[in-house]
Amino acid sequence: MTSQTIDRSHDLSQPLDKLSADERMKAASDYLRGTIAHGLLDRITGAMPSADDVKLMKFQGIYQQDDRDLRDERRRQKLEPAYQFMIRVRIPGGVCTPAQWLMLDELARAHGGETLRITTRQTFQFHWVLKDSLRPIIQGLHETLLDTVAACGDDSRGVMSTVNPESSLFHAQIAALAKQVSDHVIPKTRAYHEIWYGAERVASSEPEEPFYGPTYMPRKFKIGFALPPSNDIDVFAQDLGFIAIGNDANGLQGFNVAIGGGMGRTDNDPATYPRLATLIGFIPADRVIACADAVMTVQRDYGDRKDRMRARFKYTIDDKGLDWIKAQIERHMGSRFETARPYAFTSNGDVFGWVSTPDGRHHLTLYVQSGRLGLAWLDALRDVARIHSGKFRMTPNQNVIIADVESEDRAAIDALLESHGLAPGPVSALRRNAISCVALPTCGLAMAESERYLPGFLDRLEPILARHGLAEEPITLRISGCPNGCSRPYIAEIALTGRAPGKYNLYLGGGFHGERLNKMVLENVGEAAILERLDAVLGRYALERRPGEHFGDYLIRAGLVGEVKEGRFFND
Amino acid sequence: MIMTDPPGQAFTLEQWRLVEQLSQSLGSVQAHWLSGYFAGFDAGLRQALPQAASFPAEAPAPVARTLTILYGTETGNSAQIAQDVGKAAQAAGLTAKVADMADYKQRELGQEQDLLIIVSTYGDGDPPQPATGFFEYIEGRKAPRLPDVRFAVLALGDTTYEYYCQGGKRLDARLEELGATRLIDRVDCDVDYEGDAETWTDAIIGKLGAEASAPALPASAALATPLTTSLHDKRNPFAATVIENIPIVGRGSSKETRHIEFSLAGSGLRYEPGDALGIAATNDPATVAALLDALGLAPDAPFELKGEVATVGEALTHRFEITALVPRFLDYWAMLSDAAALRQLLDEEHAGERAVFLRTHHIIDLVRRFPVKGVMPQGFVSALRPLQPRLYSIASSLAAMPDEAHLTVSPVRYALHGEARSGVVSGMLADRVAPDATLPVYVQSNPHFRLPGDDAPIIMIGAGTGVAPYRAFMQEREASGATGRSWLFFGDRNFRTDFLYQTEWQSWLKDATLSRMDVAFSRDRAEKSYVQHRMKAQAADLFAWLEDGAHLYVCGDATHLAPDVHAALIDIVAGQARTGREAAEDYVRSLQADHRYQRDVY
Repeated sequence: MTSQTIDRSHDLSQPLDKLSADERMKAASDYLRGTIAHGLLDRITGAMPSADDVKLMKFQGIYQQDDRDLRDERRRQKLEPAYQFMIRVRIPGGVCTPAQWLMLDELARAHGGETLRITTRQTFQFHWVLKDSLRPIIQGLHETLLDTVAACGDDSRGVMSTVNPESSLFHAQIAALAKQVSDHVIPKTRAYHEIWYGAERVASSEPEEPFYGPTYMPRKFKIGFALPPSNDIDVFAQDLGFIAIGNDANGLQGFNVAIGGGMGRTDNDPATYPRLATLIGFIPADRVIACADAVMTVQRDYGDRKDRMRARFKYTIDDKGLDWIKAQIERHMGSRFETARPYAFTSNGDVFGWVSTPDGRHHLTLYVQSGRLGLAWLDALRDVARIHSGKFRMTPNQNVIIADVESEDRAAIDALLESHGLAPGPVSALRRNAISCVALPTCGLAMAESERYLPGFLDRLEPILARHGLAEEPITLRISGCPNGCSRPYIAEIALTGRAPGKYNLYLGGGFHGERLNKMVLENVGEAAILERLDAVLGRYALERRPGEHFGDYLIRAGLVGEVKEGRFFND
Repeated sequence: MIMTDPPGQAFTLEQWRLVEQLSQSLGSVQAHWLSGYFAGFDAGLRQALPQAASFPAEAPAPVARTLTILYGTETGNSAQIAQDVGKAAQAAGLTAKVADMADYKQRELGQEQDLLIIVSTYGDGDPPQPATGFFEYIEGRKAPRLPDVRFAVLALGDTTYEYYCQGGKRLDARLEELGATRLIDRVDCDVDYEGDAETWTDAIIGKLGAEASAPALPASAALATPLTTSLHDKRNPFAATVIENIPIVGRGSSKETRHIEFSLAGSGLRYEPGDALGIAATNDPATVAALLDALGLAPDAPFELKGEVATVGEALTHRFEITALVPRFLDYWAMLSDAAALRQLLDEEHAGERAVFLRTHHIIDLVRRFPVKGVMPQGFVSALRPLQPRLYSIASSLAAMPDEAHLTVSPVRYALHGEARSGVVSGMLADRVAPDATLPVYVQSNPHFRLPGDDAPIIMIGAGTGVAPYRAFMQEREASGATGRSWLFFGDRNFRTDFLYQTEWQSWLKDATLSRMDVAFSRDRAEKSYVQHRMKAQAADLFAWLEDGAHLYVCGDATHLAPDVHAALIDIVAGQARTGREAAEDYVRSLQADHRYQRDVY
């Protein structure tokens, strides 16, 4: 079908010993079992004794971490690091029932340091979990039909879907599709049931992983559904993004398909870069599963398995060429993409407060800074969950929606929040559009503070905005503690990624609704330099902007920041 | 080593001063080495310079200096370079050892000869995380002088950081400060380090390779065994410097167990694993002041004590026990105060009450509750016991920690009559002894708690600070390369905070110095679990070890641990040998008779 010669020296066609050590590790893991069950019994360490098991547990939603605030202190005390685990739940589309909420709450209180963290992929993370508490948490989740399968690892991660309560006409349909896709693409190995639920191993002649095979994906793979005009899920940051096309009159017609988004990069390695997904066409709604299978097949077979730094789908596309990749997808899908349909995004943020929908229901979006639910939030939302008959939705901006509330229940929910001192109050435009990842002290990758740094940074940036008359201007701000980009920093109008304690790279010029990458303008600097630069460009923006012009758009038009047209030019 | 007058006319006064000066700075290994060196030197002098009247201008270059390539890394770049340097050294005919700072036995630093350092930098000029301990050691006060070491540093970094290559710069400067000689100048590499690293490797290996192929003088390796007998004992303790005093329980612990290290350098003190360190006690100045206040005595009031003039303050601080109540003092104070409540305790029929009263009152409680005016110092101290030194099981081995003694101390704390009280010495160590302070110490031999001489298997059972001598056992076995199996049962309250010396056991397990370890943490779960429960859970293996000739040790609490473990042991033997209880008791008794069941309980 093509005369192009494709380089297959880095992909699955090669023998294992030519691929990266992680590929061999996966292949030797007996479909993600490793020696996890054995390591859980080791009483001499609070960690998993096998480094391979630590990696394999990611496929089961579990990250081994330690309290980095205590690392030095404990080393001097001749104690091992304060090992603990982060558990990420799989909640496709970010929707859970009150019964599930109450279970999450109970487990967080008993085993998770009395806190839950809403993530940028619409789910929950438990932190501060000790080794002995892993099984109680996972078994507790199981009681309410939740699991942690593939919440991390080289597989298809939790599937996202727009939560914008105003577009709830399609929401139920899209959220159901997200769940269907997620259930379809997760690993099928029984290892999870055996290790965490204590299930017996059953002999079978069926392949354990009919899609993935023994080496799974080359790296993580992210899928999301967006409902224009909201791009809250940052569809262009997904490996595979579906943009819903439809209208009230005709219902859901299908999806525009975008491929090859991804945030992660490595400092000082120009071969790595963030990339926005490329639109490749339209599919009818009933082709979603076939399309997801086809796209994942192409990445599974052609993705780089020698160099993990270049193993994401975005590099496969840029290395092989978009046209070739698209043709492969069509071949596997058994059908052609139609021409992409028109759509328009206006924002990737949340709409706060009560919103009513034509079905007569009401939805309350609450602002939760950095998605951190401490004890005060847990107490309030537990009370809400006890009387709530609708759903909870977690937003990709780390907020929470009390959704599907009947008219007569609104007052009771307001009163409960009021009684806990958490009634929705005024929140500045900057705060509403700010995201931070967790970073220190729990994340092993963090080089600088993020969640703990955000409040102080906001406190110092807000007066600058006010001085320039920009206090009410929505501007997206995202902070990550490392370059991997959990807060999706490279599409924010203002972004910081950590380099060392107190030192960040500053990026400017991203698109307000997630349509353009930003560009690094300062490298490895402290807060003073960051605020000084922001003060200067915000000052000019205030004076020179056109009506309705967003900050990022202005910076590009005024030539203050060079436009990054494609990911591979990010480091130019 | 204890210095004496110059031995006769063998040395000039000036020479002797030099010898004395040198000797005081020596560790025992260095002293050993020098004794051999001088023996060889003497032989050389006799051969080559029969009428030598002066020392040669230059010391002979020793043959085949050892070469150690030490790296500190987080991402593996420095490790890779170190391996490459090691290969280059081998190609140049040199014998080199490549080691990670994370695993490096820091005590070996003083014995290094040629040392190549390859290290990267993180964050704000910080060392790679795994190398942090090495940096702390070499930059700290415990780092040895390194006059015989030659070194070179290759620093890896990233010029976009403010503290570029700081890790390498720090070691480069510190090695020079410790007296080491720089072989070639430090090279700093940016993220594209490969070229610079190669150049550096070529330069340093070229230099060392050329030296090694030059002819060298033979050196004598004769080792003398200068066993000195220390002048220090219980009556004449040595003023040992505290070089470390830190809590080793994590945040949130219900305990405050501390690790304390003393320098014994220059004392001539020797000890065996299992021995105890005696520490001369000093009372808490606050307790002394409170007691003087209650007695209405001035601290500087002089009085005659054993034919000498002493002040009351000095005597109560250093000479007498002034906390726990003893019968002699109760009798004395009952008479002096003539208080009916005290006098009735002296009756035989009130013996029970008397015992309770003694346990629940300190001397100061008595003095306050039954005040007496005009107490005479001489009479008062005559009712007191002389202040006794306190003994602590030593947690280190001289073979691994020359000239040091380590202790594991959990301060005794309790409240009595609404006041916080602490143990005389444990409280002093916890509250009033900072590093660099000196304390009078001596070695208390404990011949009934000894490693088997024949490398037999050992089973070590301890809870809390009772684990201290087992750290000494493991250090000793590691240093001597012993191959006998070992099994440790350790118990404390909480896994996360109270796993004493956790990282050291883990590392001994990893290198098989320690074969097996079982732990019991009593407060982690609702149902309490203690070491005897872990022993019973492993009954079959434990009995098999005993049948294989294992020696069994118990150290720690005398009131609960020791009897519980003893009972468990009898149960295990009875169960496994399928004998009656009496036969099992006989079995355990014969273990004791054979010195295969040794206890150090308190």
